[in-house]
Amino acid sequence: MNRFLLPLGLFVLLAVVLAIGIRHSPEKGIIASPLLGKPAPQFSLPSLNDPTREVRSADLKGHWYLFNVWGTWCGECRQEHETLLQVQRAGVVPIIGLDWKDDDAQAAAWLTQLGNPYQSVATDHSGREAIDWGVYGAPETFLVSPQGVVVYKHVGALTPDTWMREILPRVSGLSAGKS
Amino acid sequence: MMRRAALTVLLGVCLSLAAAAAWAVDPTELPDPTLQARYVALTHELRCMQCQNESLADSPVDLAADLRREVRNQLLAGKSDDEIRAWMTARYGDFILFRPRYSLRNAWLWGAPGVLLLIGVLVCWRIVRNRTTLLAADQEPLEEDGRS
Repeated sequence: MNRFLLPLGLFVLLAVVLAIGIRHSPEKGIIASPLLGKPAPQFSLPSLNDPTREVRSADLKGHWYLFNVWGTWCGECRQEHETLLQVQRAGVVPIIGLDWKDDDAQAAAWLTQLGNPYQSVATDHSGREAIDWGVYGAPETFLVSPQGVVVYKHVGALTPDTWMREILPRVSGLSAGKS
Repeated sequence: MMRRAALTVLLGVCLSLAAAAAWAVDPTELPDPTLQARYVALTHELRCMQCQNESLADSPVDLAADLRREVRNQLLAGKSDDEIRAWMTARYGDFILFRPRYSLRNAWLWGAPGVLLLIGVLVCWRIVRNRTTLLAADQEPLEEDGRS
């Protein structure tokens, strides 16, 4: 009896450890952002429509905004574009785009062709800004609070479901509490 | 003899291809050999976030090239290895480190091999002890032997 008790105990222990591992394993390799709950990176970048103008994080203080990283080379960005347009039409929170390692002319053409959901689009030709946001693949979307804190991050194409479940409650709930 | 020569040639070709591939991914040469050594070490212990099982040094994707450029610039700017690691983890989290940090959260990770080794030693010790007692019992003269 005793002979089997120890191996059985070890087996159960191993099973529990592995079960916890599977439960908590990140979905599709999604990595938790260390930016959550921290101030969003400060930026000051050339605007896509008018390179003489700058899109600046300082100008965005005091309002909620979505920071959406995209590029015309990114297939999933095309998929999420319709959702972005819906979010823009809802008019609850403006979307700031970061055109990541892209060609300005192609990006402009993309927005004319598919519609422009962005309040403004900043360009990041070198990819340096995306690194500050810990971006590892487009599309990625960050929700930034009026205090300038990153509240939520979504990796991959934004869906109406994520918008309804994750983003809208955060924006409306917190702003309702404030007013 | 022929086979051996053929094998040598094949091995040579493979090695040169591997060397060429390594060169193609990252042709960086820093002016200072100590900086270059630190650069090579750092890019090997930082993970490429896009391909996840490759280091920055081995990965051909764009993001890895951008992060290598950061490592390079910061080394040239006189940053220490720890400062560069901290800069990376502030943006990408501990996940970017192939070598986990020594922290309370990672204690189980670093401690587990020692615990497993200890368990192994205990098991070995028990088995050996059981065997020696059995052996000792075996070598005692049997009662019947004494009587006959």
